[in-house]
Order: sequence, then C-alpha cells, then structure tokens
Amino acid sequence: MTGARDGASSDFKREMLSQLPALRAFAVSLCGRHDQADDLLQNTILKAWSGQQGYTPGTNMKAWLFRILRNDFYSELRSRGRELQDSDGHHSARLSVHPDQLASLDLKDFRRALEVLPSDHREAIVLVGASGFSYEEAAAICGCAVGTLKSRVNRARARLRELLSLADDDDFGPDAAFHGAGTAGKRV
Amino acid sequence: MNGPKKPANPHMTTGSLQKAQETITQKLRQYYDSVEEEGIPDRFLDLLEKLDEAEKKAGKESGGAHRK
Repeated sequence: MTGARDGASSDFKREMLSQLPALRAFAVSLCGRHDQADDLLQNTILKAWSGQQGYTPGTNMKAWLFRILRNDFYSELRSRGRELQDSDGHHSARLSVHPDQLASLDLKDFRRALEVLPSDHREAIVLVGASGFSYEEAAAICGCAVGTLKSRVNRARARLRELLSLADDDDFGPDAAFHGAGTAGKRV
Repeated sequence: MNGPKKPANPHMTTGSLQKAQETITQKLRQYYDSVEEEGIPDRFLDLLEKLDEAEKKAGKESGGAHRK
C-alpha cells in the first residue's frame, strides 16, 4: 500500500477490471459458449497482465484487450486443427430453422444464427454493432484493412437477415440487396 | 406479420432492409448486453487480485525497483 509502484499496478488492474464485462461479452459472442469463452477470458487476463509493459497508459485499453482476446481465440482455433472453424458455411448447412420459429425472433434464435457466421464475420459485426468500436478501431483489432472489415460487417448482416428471414425481398440475393443498401456504409 | 404475398414493388426493398438491419442491430445488442450484465465470475476477480498481489510482493522483494 505504499509507493508509486503499487499504485501503477493497481491502476492497471482497476482499468482492466472495468473492461472485463465487455470483454467477456465479446468472448461469449465469439465462442457461442460460456465455458469456452471463460477459458479464453482467463488466458487473456494472464496474457494482458504479463504483457502490460506493452500497453501505454492513457491509450485505448479496451481495444488492446479485445485484440489480445481475439488473437488468442484464433490461435486456439488453429491449434485445434480448425475443428471449430466454420469459415465457409459447413455449419450453416446443418442449421435448420423452421419458418414458424422465425416469426417470433427471440434471443436464442439470434444467437444460433450468429453462431453460423464464419468467425471473422461474426467478430466484425460484434465489434462494430455491439462493442461500440468504429470501423477503424475494429479493423485495427482484427489486423485487417478498414474496407475488409466493412465488407465483413455487410456480409454478416446479409447472412443474418437471410438466416432470420428478416426481409421480404428474397428475390434479390443478400449480396445484391446489400450492394444497394450497403452504399451508405453507416454503422450498424 | 408475414403477408401471404411478397410485394412485387421494388420500393419496398429499402424500407424493409432498413427495418431488418435495425432488428439485427437491436438483437445483437440485446444479446451482448445480456452477457455483459451477467457480471464477472468471481474467479476472474480473484485471479486479478492474485496477480496484483504477486506483483506487489515481487516489487517489494526486489526493493521496489522496476526491472526492464
């Protein structure tokens, strides 16, 4: 309880603590499962703690933590031999949602639909649409170009609309529809 | 809610797309917020506490010097 040194580490702890609820929500959205998300969160806390020299006080700690978490998520995916990877909709073929369930879209339906998205699309829409990051911040977190990030968000939205049967203009494919609507490029 | 027929009118598209988008955004936030509101399991609070304690102790043992 004495000295400036203690103060510095407690500040770091406090700041990290205040970001944990959002970080955890991101982890759960990314994994779709609480147990896996909590393992990820634990690793992230440990990595962030041991790497705290790499964090510059006063900069965006939230973005820094989110970046550690998503990088960990992907290295975990890779080390599992892509067991959980779902990049091109092999999972989606298995999703069977009945049209009558869609009429009353509840959170569970939404969650299932979100899980069907490829993880890079899912993370993009979550970062921008729920975590409150700008496209630029989200792109920095994901280590991709802003244009790529935007396109992932648009594709995620289009796919969700399709999965949830949210629009009545199915005549247009989701891509075609979003070419028209996506021009605005506004935040979700 | 679901009309029996699809409107053939292309002017519907923009409006319904926008509505769909709003629904998606709203559901996404609702889902995310619901997790956020669960709070943080104790084990993470304990973990941070332990890390912080360990660091303070280490700092004291090395005379408070900050090693690079």
